[in-house]
This record gives sequence, structure tokens and C-alpha cells, in this order.
Amino acid sequence: MKSLILGTAALALSASVAFAASHSVVRLGTEGAYPPYNFINDAGEVDGFERVLGDELCKRAELTCEWVTNDWDSIIPNLVSGNYDAIIAGMSITPEREEVVAFTQNYTPPSPSSYVGATADVDIDNGVIAAQTGTIQAAHIANTGATLLEFPNPDEIVAAVVSGEADAGLADKDFLIPAVEESGGAMVFVGEDIPLGGGIGMAFRQSDPELREKFDAAIQSMKDDGTLNKMIAEYLGEDSPAF
Amino acid sequence: MQWFACYLTTGKHMGFYVSFGTVLLLLAITAPTALAFGFAAAGAARSAIAPLRWIGKTYIAIVRGVPDIAFFLFFVIALDQAFEWMRHKVKCADWDQPIRQGNDFVVCAAAKLPLGNSPQWMHETYGFFLAVLTFSIVFGAFAGNVLFGAMRAVPHAQLETAAAYGMSRRQVFWRILVPQMWVFALPGLSNLWMVLIKATPLLFLLGVEDIVYWARELGGAKTPRFTDYPHDDWRMWYFLALLIFYLAFTRVSEVVLTRLMTRLTHGQATTGGEAQRKAAT
Repeated sequence: MKSLILGTAALALSASVAFAASHSVVRLGTEGAYPPYNFINDAGEVDGFERVLGDELCKRAELTCEWVTNDWDSIIPNLVSGNYDAIIAGMSITPEREEVVAFTQNYTPPSPSSYVGATADVDIDNGVIAAQTGTIQAAHIANTGATLLEFPNPDEIVAAVVSGEADAGLADKDFLIPAVEESGGAMVFVGEDIPLGGGIGMAFRQSDPELREKFDAAIQSMKDDGTLNKMIAEYLGEDSPAF
Repeated sequence: MQWFACYLTTGKHMGFYVSFGTVLLLLAITAPTALAFGFAAAGAARSAIAPLRWIGKTYIAIVRGVPDIAFFLFFVIALDQAFEWMRHKVKCADWDQPIRQGNDFVVCAAAKLPLGNSPQWMHETYGFFLAVLTFSIVFGAFAGNVLFGAMRAVPHAQLETAAAYGMSRRQVFWRILVPQMWVFALPGLSNLWMVLIKATPLLFLLGVEDIVYWARELGGAKTPRFTDYPHDDWRMWYFLALLIFYLAFTRVSEVVLTRLMTRLTHGQATTGGEAQRKAAT
């Protein structure tokens, strides 16, 4: 009996040691091309809403974190292959993605996506619509009568709309608000906002529930004391939906 | 002017300048490695030992047949996992959990490459090393095919004469075949070199931040909210700079390759070598 208890204790200890060793540094993967969520600042570092959020979550979970940028196209394969431990890249929670990775609870409420065009009267139902490859917006356009024009990163959606290559673009409204404001009238919102996805969450390997739970708890604590809402208002704008 | 001086020296631009070095370093390491791969493959493909011949020919055929981008997307992750799997088998023999858990690839912490808690530069160096290896494998197959052809282009009579003088197979290969084949291989190899120069943007698929990534990132329109240096869509100018860089680099390569060709042609039993001989007399 005693040896059994000892054995269990030793097992638990070695498990926690193994856990500590494998996660002494938590590597956070992001895209670095999606302001205001994440972008590369003038100093060449990851910056934006998710940088601040991620650093705060790591502090609350008492983890040492490191930021890594990765191309959006290969961001999920590199996570499941173990090149970093979490994705925090404005990734909406969708059933398709949940088959491959495990999400925390969302850290932004389901946020609206919007169309933008050169003028307010462009045909969003049958025209050529630009979106980023592998996003919920691209999936949405594929289900409408419009022609989908895919780009590897969101900057190019804006460029395509301004240059007239696409009739309109579809992306997260939070991303488009600053782009429209700064465009000086070259780009306007078109039609109604459409709610897509289940909010943005952090993605983890399905085999890594301990780490996911730590971040989940940290997100919950930020929701509870209102710091998350403050952060959303500061970085994503006062109009962005909060909890 | 002042604005530009500040703008062009931001940390982000420093990353851009460093990436030129990354690309050049990649080329400097990849070219000889790929050539070595190709040489080994060509040697194997014309070997008298059947299994070795099969390996050489299969390698050349398969790698040349698979589209580059598929190769790069799939292969780097596969290579990384293969290394980690091997380390896992050696270092964590008593590990009882499966390595494949659904979609996940899970190895013990000690088998991670590089170790999970090593600094970022180690991860970057490792990524760079994987990139070099992948490029070498892909371009090695093409180089192998070129060298295989070049080896067959060396006049057969010469090899037979060497054998008749009593040289062993090894001696014939190293003393007669190899010195003479380069002149036949060079046009094909120089083509490969040019393609390799232009293939470096594939680096970003491997997580290495190369010049095209930075040009796209820096050139995209920037709003004042996220930077001290807002500007419009300047990608055209950044890509123009890349164009000039690539053109200049191609030009330098051409000059060097032409000189190399002249040297290699010297004394060869080819029309080029014959022309040189006549011009000298």
C-alpha cells in the first residue's frame, strides 16, 4: 500500500516535472500581419491587441512566453507538428478547425465581418470579392454567388479593393475599421455587417490539455475582472463588441 | 529627407537588410551541398551495383517529378518530424504514449528539436538548416540529372582508352571522367543556379523571413495608428528594389559563369576547346 502511494506520488511528480520541462518556455505563434490584432511594429517586434493580451495571459498563468511569427497558410500544421505551442492570431473558432486543434474559450465575442468597396453601391452578391485564404470570410464567399478572389494576407485585400482588382473585400470589421478610416474615402463599408464564427480563441494541440486549461483559466480571470473588456475597447475600438 | 533617413533605419528595415544576408548565406551553403547531392546521385545512378543504381535513379526521378511547393510544404515538416522521431526513439525509450495522437505529433520534451526552451535564434537557425537541407535535396536531384547527362557526354572512347592503359574503374572515373564532364555540365548547372536564386522566396513557407516576406510586409499600406511612418501602398517600390537586386545578382553570376566556362573549356575535346586552341596558335 505504502509503495503504491509512493509510486503514485513519484509518477505525479515526474509528470509535473515533465510538464514543467516541456513548457518552461511557451512559444506563441502568430501571423504578424493583421492589425490591430497582431502586426510587426517599427522595431520589428510583434505588437497589437494579441501581443498585449498574450503577455498578460502568460503573466497570469505564470508562464514564460516567446513570440514566433509564421505564415497563415501553414500556421495550423506547424502547431500540430510541435514547432510552437499555441496560436494566437485572430483565429475564429469554427467547427472545421476544432477537428484539428483545441480552442480556449473565446477572448473576443463573435465579431462582425464587413464588406468594403470603392463605392457603397458595388455588387457584393455577384461581383468579385477578395478575402484571405483559409479564413471564415473566404468560406462564406464560396457559399454565395460571388466570385472569390483569395489572397495570402489581409493587406492585399485592401490593396486589391483600392486598385479595383476586386469589386469588394470581406474581412473582420475590426481589421477594416482603421483601413477605411485612413483610406481618405478610397474605400467605404458596403451593405450590412455579417456575423461569422464563434469569436476568436487561442488554439492548442489536442494532446496538450494542461496548457490549454491554464490559458483558459487566465482568459476567464481577465473576463471576470473586466480587464479584457478594457483591452478590447483600447485596441479594437470602443464600438467593438465586448463581454 | 530626414524622414526617409529615420524610416529606412527602423528595426523592421534592419530585419529587411539582414534578410539579404540570409538569402546570400542560404545560396552560399545550398549550392555546394546540392552539387554534392547531385554528384552522389549521378555517381549512384551510373554505378555498376544494381541497388545503388536504383536508389540514385529513384531519387532523381521522384524529386524531379514532385512540384516544388508541395515538396516544401510537406517535406520540411516531415523532415523535422523524422529527426524528432529518431531522437525520441533513442532518448525516451520508456515513453508509453503514442507519438501520433489524432492530428498531433507528440514526442517527449528531450527529443524536441531544438529543445522547447532554447532561445529563438536556435529555432531560427534550425529552421534555416532545414531550409538548406530541403533546397539541397530538391536541387540535388536536378543537379544529379545534369551531371548524369554530362558523364555520358564524355567521349566513350576516352574511357575505353584509359581502361586499355590499365586504369581501374575508380581511376577512370576520377582521372578521366570527372575532370572532363564539368564542361558539359556547366550550362545545365548554371541554369539551376539561376533558378535557385529565384526560388529563395519559398523560404518563408519554411518560416524563414526572407527578402520577399519583408518587402511585402514593409511595402503594404501603413496607417498612422500602427506606425510612426505611415505611407501608402509602396510594395511596387520594394519589389522594384528586389528586382534590381535579383537582376544585379544574375548579372554577376553570368559573368562568373562565363569565366568559369572559358577556363573549363581549355584543352577539352569540344568545339569550344578547339576554338580556343586555334585562337592561341
